[in-house]
Amino acid sequence: MLEFKDVTFKYAEDDFYMMKDLNFSVKKGEFVSLIGQSGCGKSTILRLINGLEKPEKGEILIDGKNINTLKDYCAFMPQKDLLFPWRTIEKNLCIPMEIKGVPKKDMHKKCVNVLEEVGLLDYIDKYPKDLSGGMKQRVSFARTILAGSDIMLLDEPFSALDSLTRMDMQEWLLKQWKHFGKTIIFITHDVEEAVFLSDAVYIIQDRPFKDMERVEIPEQYPKSREFLKRPDIVALREELIKKLRNRREEQ
Amino acid sequence: MKKSIPSIILTVILFAIWQVIAMRMNASYILPSPIEIVKKIWELRDVLFTVHLPATMGVTSLGLVISIVLGLFLAIIMDLNEKIESALYPVIIASQTIPTTAIAPLFVLWFGYGIWSKVLVTILITFFPITITVYDGFKSTKREMEELLTTYGATKKDIFIKLKLPSALPYFFSAIKMAVPLSIIGAAIAEWLGAQSGLGYFSKRMMTQLDGAGVFAPVVVLSVVAMVLVGIIGIIENALIKWRKEI
Repeated sequence: MLEFKDVTFKYAEDDFYMMKDLNFSVKKGEFVSLIGQSGCGKSTILRLINGLEKPEKGEILIDGKNINTLKDYCAFMPQKDLLFPWRTIEKNLCIPMEIKGVPKKDMHKKCVNVLEEVGLLDYIDKYPKDLSGGMKQRVSFARTILAGSDIMLLDEPFSALDSLTRMDMQEWLLKQWKHFGKTIIFITHDVEEAVFLSDAVYIIQDRPFKDMERVEIPEQYPKSREFLKRPDIVALREELIKKLRNRREEQ
Repeated sequence: MKKSIPSIILTVILFAIWQVIAMRMNASYILPSPIEIVKKIWELRDVLFTVHLPATMGVTSLGLVISIVLGLFLAIIMDLNEKIESALYPVIIASQTIPTTAIAPLFVLWFGYGIWSKVLVTILITFFPITITVYDGFKSTKREMEELLTTYGATKKDIFIKLKLPSALPYFFSAIKMAVPLSIIGAAIAEWLGAQSGLGYFSKRMMTQLDGAGVFAPVVVLSVVAMVLVGIIGIIENALIKWRKEI
């Protein structure tokens, strides 16, 4: 579904390349995590996919078409909820639809449906200040769903939450992913989170990186916390941590 | 209410000190006491409130409305286009280096003793804080929010209407709270320099008669009007922008 073909990129203000001739792909309906240390270029990959940055060389393809020729192909969920404090929850959810010109009547129906799905229908007329951190992230996720794209780019969406809420949100996200059937590219620096959520994990090790090592995660659904205690999963997690640590020591 | 108790106490103390000093000096043509000023306002209430206050408020409101329109227009075009911003910004700053009291008589020369010379002085003083503060408001929007809208396919216009305008609203109210007293000062200065009515003009006339309390009376009326207006704007602001602290 998504394919990076020989993508080379560097920020104008930097004197080093983030990636050179990068190739990788994500299949339709997959949940893929990108892990790596801070500043390694995880977010840059999302910025390239959603068009906020342009590659110096190479191309990014979705279903074989260059993203420059496409519209509304991906929806981005940032680290912070970025809800507009002057808009109610419903009006916040409407933002992507207003931009895409969805008729008002349909907007309300879609908001009600998605809020029902994320369990926040009672908060439809509330303001972001009335919601907890976890609830706000759920609204932010709902807004990303309403952007109506098949690919969702999630940039460390749970990093600001406390550990218990975070666990709840991870389990919740898995259910939502199965329900909506989207392709998710998820960024995290938490190896456990990546292993718990994903079908596959891409490890970013070098800079500039050319290839990302893809590690497949054994399938299991529904997943519970017990999944993380399986001996093969514990070993896999340790292996990933070791790889990331080795990279840091080399640096 | 509790918050304003210290300022009320301080004001009362200052007025008491003023009263004592004025009574000791016993020269009301130089320093009238607060009580003498209040008495004077009461004596002159007819002429102050039915002739001169409406004249000053006419100049103030006209100047303020034009300043708001001009200030918003300049802030918007500077935000929309970097070239316009780099051309306009220095000129706007330079406009504030013009000593208004020196140039005001020139306006009287150009536009006569009618309302427009005074409105122009008011605009010259008032449009600046509106332009700069609202412009800062537009620039204060979070880059991440702007980028999020861009990922939804938002145009420049979408970003302006959905993000920049609401984000700049608190700044707009701050600007108006600054602009109201400034527009009153501007109108009073203009009337002081050349007018046939208005509280500034009245204050000047009282000075030629060495009537200290008469000079102060319109000044006090203007201050009270400014405070009341700023208070009303504050109430509207609190009702409209409950989310201010969350930005």
